Amino acid sequence: MRIPLRWTLAVAATLVAACGSKQQPEAPAPQPAAAPTPTAEPAPSRPAPTPTPAQPDRTAEDAAAAAARVTAAVLRELGQMVHFDFDRADLRAEDRALLDRVTAILRTNTGLQLRISGHADDRGSDEYNLALGNRRAGAVKTYLGNQGIAGSRLAVVSYGEERPLQTGQDEASWAANRRAEFEVTGGGTNLRMP
Amino acid sequence: MIRLLHAAPPTLLALWLVLPVSLAAQDTLRPPDGVRVGIEYRPGFRPAVVVLPTRGLDSIRAIITRDLDFSDRFEVVGLAAGDTAASAVNVGGRTLNYALFRTLGAEFAVELVADGVATVIRLHDITAGIPRREARFTFPPPFDQGFRMAVHRAADDLVRWITGTPGYAASQVLFLVERRLYRIDSDGEGLAQVSAAGEDVLSPVWSPDGSQIAYTRFGDGGGPIVVRTLATGQTTAVPGTTSALNITPAFAPDGRILAFARSDEDGTDIYTVDIAQQCCLQRLTVGRYSDNLSPTFAPNGRRLAFVSSRAGQPQIYGMAADGTDQELLAPFDFGVTGSSNAPEWSPDGASVVFHRDVSRAPQVFVLDVATRRVRQLTSSGRNEDPTWAPDGRHVAFVSDRSGRRQLWVIDTITGRIRQFQLPGQTRLPAWSRRLAGSAPGTH
Repeated sequence: MRIPLRWTLAVAATLVAACGSKQQPEAPAPQPAAAPTPTAEPAPSRPAPTPTPAQPDRTAEDAAAAAARVTAAVLRELGQMVHFDFDRADLRAEDRALLDRVTAILRTNTGLQLRISGHADDRGSDEYNLALGNRRAGAVKTYLGNQGIAGSRLAVVSYGEERPLQTGQDEASWAANRRAEFEVTGGGTNLRMP
Repeated sequence: MIRLLHAAPPTLLALWLVLPVSLAAQDTLRPPDGVRVGIEYRPGFRPAVVVLPTRGLDSIRAIITRDLDFSDRFEVVGLAAGDTAASAVNVGGRTLNYALFRTLGAEFAVELVADGVATVIRLHDITAGIPRREARFTFPPPFDQGFRMAVHRAADDLVRWITGTPGYAASQVLFLVERRLYRIDSDGEGLAQVSAAGEDVLSPVWSPDGSQIAYTRFGDGGGPIVVRTLATGQTTAVPGTTSALNITPAFAPDGRILAFARSDEDGTDIYTVDIAQQCCLQRLTVGRYSDNLSPTFAPNGRRLAFVSSRAGQPQIYGMAADGTDQELLAPFDFGVTGSSNAPEWSPDGASVVFHRDVSRAPQVFVLDVATRRVRQLTSSGRNEDPTWAPDGRHVAFVSDRSGRRQLWVIDTITGRIRQFQLPGQTRLPAWSRRLAGSAPGTH
């Protein structure tokens, strides 16, 4: 069974009392409160992580809550999107940091499986945009594969222009819709932060 | 494109003052009283035709009159049912008051005669002053499902009697509203949903004989191409399309081969499969770094036009039906010309219609295959996904010029346009060839 990441996030968010703001798909995800400082450089678009004091002496319930908090934080990172130029499927330099972060998450969580969905703005024919979305999702998969992630853990799918995030006829809307998203299709529980 | 001609020739103007406009069925094109609607671009002479009223045959007359008008081959002369000119001429059977119609400027008159259960349609040549041709038609009763299409076929015959080539009235257009599949008659009547409840559809096309349609059954990011037999409603999945996402099917002219594009992790490429024998999947394009899709057969079945992004952006290419001899079909200036998509080869083989971005908005273009010259047909709003009428002269396309994405029809010769009045936002129209029989099988 495939659970859209946004729903998974919504469920996870209810477990995290500290998290007050609702996740917006098109906005960069805020860094999770419980996340340790990542070894990799965070993407420039993301705010710096804010570590909270460790709370070592808690009950089992608190440990479960902490684990859920970490899982939600990882899922939130995976809720970020890769964006593309018009009519292009090559990755932008500024998205490499995000993709390297996703690579690290996949390496740390060896049971995690993702589906990468490619999307297009509504210029070009409906059908060409399906091909373009497929190519965009494939570009992300190829990048992750070149980092050593097994292809069997990564499915690709294209929705073309069928699932826009924004419906406006302007460059901002088009840019938001030209994207690839990650969706957890397996091993999405008890995730660890790399 | 259409403008009102106030300075009409005196004889025609007189005609329109004498004969009030009475084409009640012509809702969307009805001009103000006393004003003639003309076309800026009129390369050819269009003979004036009048369809005479006959008691009891009003609905047949209305359908034929509108079909002749939509053919854009004639000036259709309006004539009120109770007009004295009609009663003056419609007596005495086989002869008309030709002199009167000559005065009115008509070159041809169509006479409808009830003959038992049959209807005789008789074409009079006003200039020569003789009946030119007639035929007996047995139409189903009005309100029968096949009635309108049977009358459309008679109207297409009439066009052939006068011009030598038939009209396109006996045809239907498939299109989507969201992901629901509908069809509508060429004159904008008979709207019906084709897709089953909950069925998501993309890329609908007709088989050459109109008995089948093919489309993508769009699932959760993937989808097979299915062929539906309209008479039975039975659908079968096309071999080779049951995994990954398969889009843009196109029937070969013999109806036995289906070309389509398959989108998987290797990209998007064009294949053919023998749907008659359910075998023989063949890959036509190998685009490791490009996408190839939207195949469309030339009417001789020997060549295909298709979309490829091999030059970086999608443009229109051609190849032999076995995938060899690939070439650029519609010329473009690299880095200047916009993306080109959605080609469809014309029924007469001479042209390929497609849409191309101009200043970020798609516009409909026609490529002359022999000379490789392209001509832009539209300029107002966003105009996309063109599809040929069976006469190889009219093109339906999606336009947002009215504020919503609606189906429009343009006559590529005169530039005259009309709109299908449809609910919602429409897309991906596909026009049938001439349909032989009634077409049941709707939901």
